[in-house]
Amino acid sequence: MRTVRRALPRGLHHDETIVVSAPTYDLGKLHGGLRLPSHKQGSAAKAIVDVPVPPQLMLPVEQHVGHPAQPVVAVGDTVLKGQLLAEPDGELGAPVHASSSGKIVAIEPWPVSRRLGDKAPCIVIECDGRDQPMPAIASEDYTSQTPADLLLRILDGGIVGLGGAVFPTAQKLMQARTCETEFLILNGVECEPYISCDDVLMREHATEILSGAQVLLHALQVDTCFIAVESDKPEAIARLEEVLSDINDERIVLKLVPTIYPSGGEDQLVQLVTNREVPSGGLPTDVGCIVQNVGTAAAVHDWILRNEPLISRVTTITGDGVASPVNVRARIGTPVEKVIQHAGGYTELARHLIIGGPMTGKSVTTDDVPVVKASNCVLVVSTPPFKGKELACIRCGDCAAVCPVQLLPQQLSWYARADDEEKLREFGLTDCIECGCCDLVCPSHIPLTADFRIAKGRIRELADEKARAERARQRFEARNQRLVQEREEREAELARQKQSAKSAGPAAIAEILKRKQQARKDDSA
Amino acid sequence: MKFTRIEAPYWSAETNVASLMLQVLAALVPAALAHVWFFGPGFIFNLLVASIFAIAGEAVMMWVRGRPPEAALSDYSAIVTAALLAFALPSLTPWWVTATGALFGVVVAKHLYGGLGFNIFNPAMAGYVVILVTFPTHLNLWVAPRMGDIDYQHLSVIQTLAFTLTGNLPDALTFDAVSRATPLDAMKSGLNNMATAIEVRANPVMGDFGGRGWEWIGNFIAIGGFWLLIRKIIRWQIPVGVGVGLLVPATIIFLIDPGTSPGPGFHLFAGASILCAFFIATDPVSAATSTRGRFIYGLGIGFLIWCIRRWGSYADGVAFAVLIMNMAVPAIDKFTRPRIVGHRRGEDGNG
Repeated sequence: MRTVRRALPRGLHHDETIVVSAPTYDLGKLHGGLRLPSHKQGSAAKAIVDVPVPPQLMLPVEQHVGHPAQPVVAVGDTVLKGQLLAEPDGELGAPVHASSSGKIVAIEPWPVSRRLGDKAPCIVIECDGRDQPMPAIASEDYTSQTPADLLLRILDGGIVGLGGAVFPTAQKLMQARTCETEFLILNGVECEPYISCDDVLMREHATEILSGAQVLLHALQVDTCFIAVESDKPEAIARLEEVLSDINDERIVLKLVPTIYPSGGEDQLVQLVTNREVPSGGLPTDVGCIVQNVGTAAAVHDWILRNEPLISRVTTITGDGVASPVNVRARIGTPVEKVIQHAGGYTELARHLIIGGPMTGKSVTTDDVPVVKASNCVLVVSTPPFKGKELACIRCGDCAAVCPVQLLPQQLSWYARADDEEKLREFGLTDCIECGCCDLVCPSHIPLTADFRIAKGRIRELADEKARAERARQRFEARNQRLVQEREEREAELARQKQSAKSAGPAAIAEILKRKQQARKDDSA
Repeated sequence: MKFTRIEAPYWSAETNVASLMLQVLAALVPAALAHVWFFGPGFIFNLLVASIFAIAGEAVMMWVRGRPPEAALSDYSAIVTAALLAFALPSLTPWWVTATGALFGVVVAKHLYGGLGFNIFNPAMAGYVVILVTFPTHLNLWVAPRMGDIDYQHLSVIQTLAFTLTGNLPDALTFDAVSRATPLDAMKSGLNNMATAIEVRANPVMGDFGGRGWEWIGNFIAIGGFWLLIRKIIRWQIPVGVGVGLLVPATIIFLIDPGTSPGPGFHLFAGASILCAFFIATDPVSAATSTRGRFIYGLGIGFLIWCIRRWGSYADGVAFAVLIMNMAVPAIDKFTRPRIVGHRRGEDGNG
């Protein structure tokens, strides 16, 4: 572990001769943010519970950013655990693997936890209960592989960002390879209330996470990895420190970030850890950083060193709607209903089911939805005593004070409701990360985040419409041009015929005229 | 199992407009008690009259605008307007003067602009200015503060109430007997009569810094103001801005020429400076919204108060300063927009 010789908070300077086991603190500063009650204690205190393989697994073919994967199996096929079910289609995507062995019984739309669509195509496996894995293949030592080969191998593991954004990991790494990336940042911040899956993963699987970090460092050919953890996770920090001192890898440095929501947002974390601002509309790689969730690093380890693709994940089951909040490891595709049983089932308070956290999660109507790669949390809550009647904005400015991107939410909300696209762009609607901080502090209970989501959707639609109109215009113009060209060609042909007739002499002209007269007669007859 | 869908974030907001307004009112209680102690029970009658007419005006306007009247009343903003107006009025004010101010503030300055949240002007100050120019004599009749050594004709509660209702003093009394010049009036007329500021400060109405009694009310207003700051109901930018805008020019001129101008302490504790800094200028609806903008807005108000006191024909300038800066708010907001993270300053949409 690296010796820290940096000023610690409150001016505490450590003696340089002492090897400080304390991690380094953040350098950057985040605007706004909120200190929220964590509500994590209930689930974080318990060990991860393994959910047994359910009778049926529903595996959506779209569990990642990009194009839905294309099924390579058919109904009736029998599959083994870890077998490829669907392969990526197009440049951006990730494969989907069978989470257990069994028979494909259907490929059909099924309820999923997406924001707008209710159903999406899923591959349904009737499990045989044997959980039979694919035959083991001798895997090459990754350190002897070239980064390019290693990246291709990571691609085959179906690994996506497990923090909830589900961006295909391999493509993210490949993109970072094309830039001058200096830092790999592992995101163990987990700033959203209730969620503790990364916390328990760090407590129980720090070795795997750090080994995954080493794989990622090799794949990226980067020399520095920061592991960012929120300062309110002492157990996870202690465990990471322990493992770090065991593996003695100088490249990996632990960084504590303050317990402020949303410090775990990708761009926010880059800002906190490196004091660099990700440019608007840009990526962390624009400032030399790539961010991966700690869960993703563990998944990379599982795939590269244990040959197990991404077929399960740790999910927090929590909220006042479940009896005993807990973290579970569930196979991808397990219906939420089955998972809830391991948290003691529903309480009578259960009214709303949210996949994800209380700030950014997606509210769904049924517990038939499966646990997918994105599901970091299953939150069951009673009707919150919040959102009194919406009143007019009193311009108190609290929303602007807490916005981590330094937007002016009240102005944005005004323009969102007026549907003023130009002003929305000018005031940075596209920079909004939808963290929900402004909503929480609004004394007038204006649903700001919802307004912004709707406005973003409308701008996207408008852009689509514009693109369609543009395509139609291009087609129309092309058609006009074609017509003009055809007319010109016809006229040129006529002129050429006249010219050739003239040059042929009077006898030939008489012959032509006679032929035409004959044709006219035939027509009228 | 089936669930109902709701919109993120699924979390409760702990604040609401009504509680903000109630806290502002609570913060004014110490100052109100001090006001009653020094200037008699007239403040209570003014507050009652102003509240009744502000609430009635609000209810009627909501009904006229086709909205549920109880919605507007439940946010207590009309009472805050009434309270601020009551603080600005002399304790002996006939009810129709108070009523005019309250109604103008609520009906014209607030509801004709669209109600709470849309009013450009601070309703209390708009109402005050209207009665200041309509009933100038009434608004200059301040009774002397209750201090042992000031010759003071004491009006009983009944006599005060009678004056509020009729505008007439008891038969035996004249206005000269009960009223005294306010410290700011004394300063203005003294300086106009070629007295030096030091001479004017020898007047028995003057206290350690501002006026006797007045400076005590100022202290209690400041206590309420600091409480609001701690509760984060208001932020420091506006109060500090007002203070800097008022005290910096006052100090400079005082140091250059102590004869013709009172010191910064007088400017701070005389008149409505402290009330303005913590309670009037901080009205969020009519103030600038960005952090930098609020400081500039406060600075402008403080500076204008000083200008009006020094060169204007009115003794105090708080109401005019606030209304003038209200007009400047859209421009201030436009030029003080914060830089969006990830954008360079000066880039599209960044001031």
